[in-house]
Amino acid sequence: MSGLRVLVGCKRVIDYAVKIRVRPDHLGVVTDGVKHSMNPFDENAVEEAVRMKQKKVAKEIIVASCGPTQSQETIRTALAMGADRGIHVELAKGEEDLQPLAVAKVFAKLVEKEKPDLVILGKQAIDDDSNQTTQLLAGLLDWPQGTMASVLEHSDGVLKITREIDGGLEDISVKLPAVVSADLRLNEPRYATLPNIMKAKKKKIEKMSVADIGVDVTPRLKVQNVVDPPVREAGDKVPDVSVLIEKMKEKGHLK
Amino acid sequence: VSTQSTGSFKLLSIQLHYLTNLSYQLDLYLSMSLTARGISRIYNNARVSKLCQPLICQNPLFSVRPSSSFARGIFLGEFREEEVFPYPSVLNEDQKETISMMMDAAKTFMEETNDAALNDTNEQIPEEQLDEMRALGMYGLMVPEEYSGLALTNTMYARFCEATGGYDLGLGIHTGAHQSIGYKGILLYGNEAQKEKYLPPLATGEIFACFCLTEPSSGSDASSIKTRAELNEAGTHYILNGAKIWISNGGIAEIFTVFAQTPTKCKKTGEIKDKISAFIVERSFGGVNHGPPEKKMGIKCSNTAEVYFDNVPIPAENLLGEEGEGFKVAMNILNNGRFGMGACLTGTMKMLIAKATDHANSRKQFVSNLREYEGIQQKIARMNLLCYANESMAYMLCGNMDRGAPEYQLEAAISKIFASQAAWDVCDETIQILGGAGYMKDVGIERWMRDLRIFRIFEGTNDILKLFVALNGVQEVGKKLTANGVAAMLDLAQKRVLGIGPVKAKVHADLASSAKNLSEDIAQFNLAVSRQVMKHKKKIIGQQILLNRIGDIAILLQSMAAVISRANAAADKGDTSEIALARAWCSDSHLRIDQFLREMNSAEVTSADQSIVEIGKRALDAGGYAVESPIGC
Repeated sequence: MSGLRVLVGCKRVIDYAVKIRVRPDHLGVVTDGVKHSMNPFDENAVEEAVRMKQKKVAKEIIVASCGPTQSQETIRTALAMGADRGIHVELAKGEEDLQPLAVAKVFAKLVEKEKPDLVILGKQAIDDDSNQTTQLLAGLLDWPQGTMASVLEHSDGVLKITREIDGGLEDISVKLPAVVSADLRLNEPRYATLPNIMKAKKKKIEKMSVADIGVDVTPRLKVQNVVDPPVREAGDKVPDVSVLIEKMKEKGHLK
Repeated sequence: VSTQSTGSFKLLSIQLHYLTNLSYQLDLYLSMSLTARGISRIYNNARVSKLCQPLICQNPLFSVRPSSSFARGIFLGEFREEEVFPYPSVLNEDQKETISMMMDAAKTFMEETNDAALNDTNEQIPEEQLDEMRALGMYGLMVPEEYSGLALTNTMYARFCEATGGYDLGLGIHTGAHQSIGYKGILLYGNEAQKEKYLPPLATGEIFACFCLTEPSSGSDASSIKTRAELNEAGTHYILNGAKIWISNGGIAEIFTVFAQTPTKCKKTGEIKDKISAFIVERSFGGVNHGPPEKKMGIKCSNTAEVYFDNVPIPAENLLGEEGEGFKVAMNILNNGRFGMGACLTGTMKMLIAKATDHANSRKQFVSNLREYEGIQQKIARMNLLCYANESMAYMLCGNMDRGAPEYQLEAAISKIFASQAAWDVCDETIQILGGAGYMKDVGIERWMRDLRIFRIFEGTNDILKLFVALNGVQEVGKKLTANGVAAMLDLAQKRVLGIGPVKAKVHADLASSAKNLSEDIAQFNLAVSRQVMKHKKKIIGQQILLNRIGDIAILLQSMAAVISRANAAADKGDTSEIALARAWCSDSHLRIDQFLREMNSAEVTSADQSIVEIGKRALDAGGYAVESPIGC
């Protein structure tokens, strides 16, 4: 292979450092006027693709994002990190509740159009923590998947992936084309330098709507209620072990 | 009046002559009878075409439009609105997006890589970090793209300065001395060959630059420098000899913008006289040496050193600008970079206010948190107002620069004076609010106090700049009086005081009284200045106590205009929260202007001033405080 074409997905989310506040209608969190940035795991995804390009393993990086108008800035950040061109699937009013299955369907259509050899997504978005899009996409495409990747190595159409799983680390190999999701320890993302930000302005971003792609993005899940976690209450100090056991029996923690 | 004082007044007037020659359009303006509407029309056309043009196109020397400077107009009793209403809006959506992305990059670097406290302790920026700064593009922010720069407009550059001002002033001076003054001369005055040769490596930070004007016996009195550059017989090289002191980046620079006396043939008389010329000097020319890094009160990680030139051969093609025009080059470079300080210190003040506020909200003494006490509320309010007024003036200035204002030297001087003093006061008050903790090194505020002190001194001391503003205005009035005759002018001035209408531009109802005060104060100011000019005539140059009052009023008037305009613009967009700030600032400024005007018009105060001057002279003669101890031993 003379160089892979890589499609990277990124999502605009509330910045990880922001203090989240629940909306008064309890159907979500406050997003107005709140700082947003690229999902941290997506930064790892973009960074990995850029490193593959630097090693001449990849020849073209396309970055795609489904989101409102402001997602353009997220795409530009990816372009400033080193992606070649962008695709912005701009969501209209009423389409903002885009869930993983819908995203996977959109990306499946993008894959059909762009014919990448490899798709890299962030393992999960920090706003919904779903960790589903990669798996759903792989299913829709009937492609092999390597999720929670912390090491990616390519040789001759085969990807060796180290996955971070509950029990430890798992090594797998998959044949391209494949879908991979990036974990935090995959790499240390570069931050966009000012000269690269200026260069990124000249790179193309193709805009399209969900209707253009022809995908049904109706949500399958409905959020009923969003509340703050219960306030942590003060504990009880007990003088010795026997009192402790008594109290635990009282509260029904011990039989 | 001793001969010594006359000598210095004469030098000041020569300086003023040079300084006001920068805006030769002034003569053009006075002689042309352009109507206000005519000026607006020229201005609006310029606004459309000059939006977002790179820096070099906005050099006032390249423009031949008459000045519509607000700060100049107030001396003449004119409320020039073109540059004030509406508040300049010079960024398009694309530029705002660029700024947003750059803020992220700058913030990440400042928070995760740069360690300001460590830089202060080590009195150095780590070598490894410089590479990251180069990669970030921090050394060529306003250089055109064809020379490897980022082509930021003045407003974008200012916003970037604000972002870094709250993190590390020493680092800010290191990059500022390099690009804001170090190689700015090449940007403004360089020919194609010079730009092509020097800008790319400077913009990428491959090599550093510095601005070499100050000498041991020439600080404020810049035109008295003794460094000499004499053309050799063959006419191929200037031979440079001299010494410069307190040069930022002097110890690390490769390129030096040097100002030296050159024997110049006067075009009119053919006589050879010493005039200052500017040169691009490379360390590699040989004969350039520097001293060890100066130990300073603050901005310690910024290198400051003496630079020595020993028979340095400068190729003749490295002359920057015209021979003999070096003083103008120097003043214009400084004038052009001044706007950065207002924006940078806005960032500093916001950070300090955040710290003070956090402390006031959480610290409890006696029965409640500090925030419940009126004294603290007043301090916090004052700090916010100072920051608001400063920010309003800073961005109004660079907005007008981006729109191609033909002249902005008074506004730039005013902004610099205000910003440096306001930041100092805000820092001082922050330490006070924090109490003993504010004094402790680990808490981190004391470093800011040490870093901030120099801002009232360098880039033109506040004292000189205030006199510069006042004398410029006084000269305007003087010219008008000579042209129109005393009686006519006074008559006009009186009419203005009695019948000034509200500001032509529409302001919100809640700002109307502030706008009215501003109009009336401008009229009163013109009347008071006219009276003083008639009273003292040329001797007004020596009346520095009076001139300082005049300068103070000018600064307050500029600040009032800026806050009213800004609050009005915000209200237009539906946000009326700033109106309270604008009103409070204007109400306080109006009272202070009133006080200064009364002092100017009072025979009693004039007599008191005289006593002060006498006390000063006696103490100077006595060599210090020469009063006997009250206890007799």
